[in-house]
Amino acid sequence: MTDIAVVGFAHAPHTPATDGTTNGVEMLVPCFQDLYAGLGITKSDIGFWCSGSSDYLAGRAFSFIAAIDAIGAVPPINESHVEMDAAWALYEAWVKLVTGEVDTALVYGFGKASAGRLDRTLGLQTDPYLVAPLGVADSNLAALQARLGLAAGRWTERDLAEVAARARRAALATPDAQIAEDVDAEELLTRPVVADPLREHDCPPITDGAAAIVLAAGDRARELCDRPAWITGIEHRIDSAHLTGRDWLAMPSLTTAAERALGGDPTLDAAYLHTPYSHQELLARAAIGLAEDVPVNPDGGPLTGNPMFSGGLERIGRAARRVFDGAERVLAHAGQGPLLQQNLVAVLEGSPR
Amino acid sequence: MNQPLTAPLDLFFDYQRSTGPTIGAFVTGLRDGRLLGARIGDGRVLVPPPEYDPATGVPIDDFVEVGPAGTVLSYSWQDEPQPEHPLDTPFAWALVQLDGADTPLLHVLQGDRDELEVGLRVVPRWADERAGRITDLVFVPERRLSSSKPSSDPEHPSSTSQPGSDPERPLSPSTPSSAEAEPVSLINTPIALSIEHSASAQESEYLRGLARGELIGARVGPGSPVYIPPRGASPTDGVPTEEFVQVADTGTVTTFCIVNVPFLGQQITPPYVSAYVLLDGADIAIQHLILECPADEVRMGMRVQAKWRPESEWGHTLRNIEYFRPTGEPDADYETYRHHL
Repeated sequence: MTDIAVVGFAHAPHTPATDGTTNGVEMLVPCFQDLYAGLGITKSDIGFWCSGSSDYLAGRAFSFIAAIDAIGAVPPINESHVEMDAAWALYEAWVKLVTGEVDTALVYGFGKASAGRLDRTLGLQTDPYLVAPLGVADSNLAALQARLGLAAGRWTERDLAEVAARARRAALATPDAQIAEDVDAEELLTRPVVADPLREHDCPPITDGAAAIVLAAGDRARELCDRPAWITGIEHRIDSAHLTGRDWLAMPSLTTAAERALGGDPTLDAAYLHTPYSHQELLARAAIGLAEDVPVNPDGGPLTGNPMFSGGLERIGRAARRVFDGAERVLAHAGQGPLLQQNLVAVLEGSPR
Repeated sequence: MNQPLTAPLDLFFDYQRSTGPTIGAFVTGLRDGRLLGARIGDGRVLVPPPEYDPATGVPIDDFVEVGPAGTVLSYSWQDEPQPEHPLDTPFAWALVQLDGADTPLLHVLQGDRDELEVGLRVVPRWADERAGRITDLVFVPERRLSSSKPSSDPEHPSSTSQPGSDPERPLSPSTPSSAEAEPVSLINTPIALSIEHSASAQESEYLRGLARGELIGARVGPGSPVYIPPRGASPTDGVPTEEFVQVADTGTVTTFCIVNVPFLGQQITPPYVSAYVLLDGADIAIQHLILECPADEVRMGMRVQAKWRPESEWGHTLRNIEYFRPTGEPDADYETYRHHL
C-alpha cells in the first residue's frame, strides 16, 4: 500500500473566546499561511481538501462553506467536509491518498465553542427521541460515567485529581496552553465540585480553536519533509447508538481501533489521547492497553485546552510533531460523540513499514 | 479597525419525529403509564428498547414490561436547573436500572441530595397528562412512598401536569392503560440554540457603513475585484481583502425571479421581483427587491437605484434600503455585466 505521512501541522492559539466569526476564517488563514511557508508550497500544490466542523456550534447551516474562503477556491478545488472532528476528515483524506488520485491533501478543523452554550450543544448529540428531550448536557453524562467508575472501584477521586494535576503541570512546558499550573492532587481535591462528582479540573475548558495538517504520499512526502511522520496504522470504529445499552466503563470501539492500528506492536514513545474528562483518560488508557511507562498527553492534552472539531486532528498533529523531532513511534487518538462513542486511532512512525 | 459587531442569534426548531414500531411502542407505553424494554439476541433486556440488536443488527420486537421500580446505578446532582430541564427545582441525573432490565435508563430523580446513593430504590412518578414523551415521568425514592401519607388533600388535587411537582401525589398512572387508544406515532422534540453571532471585521465595516447610509465593499488591492458585502479573504486565493471601497447605490439588474408563491413571513403581496443588482463599482451582485414597476417589466440590464428608508429607521442592516426602483436610464449593455452573472 502507498506510504502516507503527515508532513506539516499548524494550529491556532487555544483561547477561551476569539472575537472572530463562527466560520473560522480568522483562525484558519494563519494556519494555512504557516503550513505553506513551512513546506515551501502554495495552495495549488494541494490535491485534496477536507475539513471537519459543526453547524450546531456555528448556529447556521452549511457554515463550513464560508471557511472555504480561507482556502481560496477559484479555480475549483477538490474538497470535502465531515460534520465530525477533523481527525475523521484526515481519515477521508488518507483514503483519497491511498487511491493514488492525489499525492497531497490539506485537512483542517475549526470551532468557535464560545459562541454558544457548549455543554448544552454537545448534549444535542444524543438520541433526539428519548435522551436529548431531558436537556442532558455533556458534563452530566461525564459525571454519571465518573460516578459509575467510582462505585465500581475503577478509580478514586484522588486518581482523577492525579490525572488533572499531571495534565496541568505538563502544560507548563506548552507555550500555547490555555490552562497550566504547578499543582498537585492534594490541592486540586480541595476545590469545589462543578458537575457532581467532577471538579472543574476534571472537565475540559471551553476553547476556540482550529488546526490544519498536510498529508503527502511516498516521495512527495520525502520532498516536503526531512522526517515525515508515516501513518503506519489508522482505524476508526463506533459503539452502539443506544447510549445506556453500552458499557460505560469500557470503550470497545477504541479497543478495536487501537488493536488494528497498532498491528500487535505495543511499543510507543508517547500517546496523545483526545479524552476531555479526567476519568476518560483512565478509560482510554485501559481500552488501548497502554503500558504504564507510555507518557500520555505530554502537552497537557484536552484538560488544558479542548478545541472543538479540531481537537482530535490536533492530537494527530502533535504526535506527528514528536516524530518530526525524532520520536520513533507515537499514538494519536481522536474521540467524539456522547461519552466518546466514536474513536479513531492513528500510529505515526519515523519510518514507513 | 473597530471591534467586530455581535448580536444574539436564538434558534428554535420544533422537530416532529415519527416514532416507528420500536420507539413507538415505548412512548405509547409511557403515555399509558408502563415502562417497556426489549430482549435482544444475547438474552439481555435493554431499556429503552433498541430498534436493532446492537451486536447483530437484527430488528427487535420482543417487548418486555419492566419496573416500575428500579435501582440507581449512578447519579449526579444538578444544583441549578436550566430552562431545558424537566424539573425547575434541584434534582439528580440518574442511571436507573428498572427491575427486570439488564441496562439502565437515563432519567431524572427528584429527591433530597443527602438521600442519594448508589443502590437507592426508586419508582416513577407519572404526569397527570401524558403525551408519550420521555418527560412523562420522573423518578422518586421508593422509601418516600412508604413513609408518606396516602393522600394529602383530595379536595385540592395538583393542577399542574409536571410529573414531579407534588411529592405527595399517588405514584400510579392517573389513567389506566387504554387498549383502544391509538399508538403514539409522532412526537415533537423542540431544539433550541442560543448563539452569540459575530460578524467578521470586514462585515462589521459593511454594517457600520449601512448605518451611515453608505455601501462599503472591500478588495485585496487596486484593480482587484470589489466584494460587497466584504469577505474576509479573496475567494480566488485566500488573500485578505483589507482595502475598503465605497460603491454607488445605483446598479444593474443582472438576473431576477418573479415571486408568485406565498410563504410564512412574506412582507409583500406577490407577484413581485427579487433580483441580483450589480452596484456600480462592485464586482459581485447583491440580492434585493425591485418595486415601483410591474413585475413583468423587470429585465436583465435594467438600471435601478436604491430607495432608502427614512434615516430615522436606519440600523446596521441592508433593510435600510427598502427596495430598488428603475432609474429610467437606457438598459446596460450585456457586455458590462456578463462576467458578473
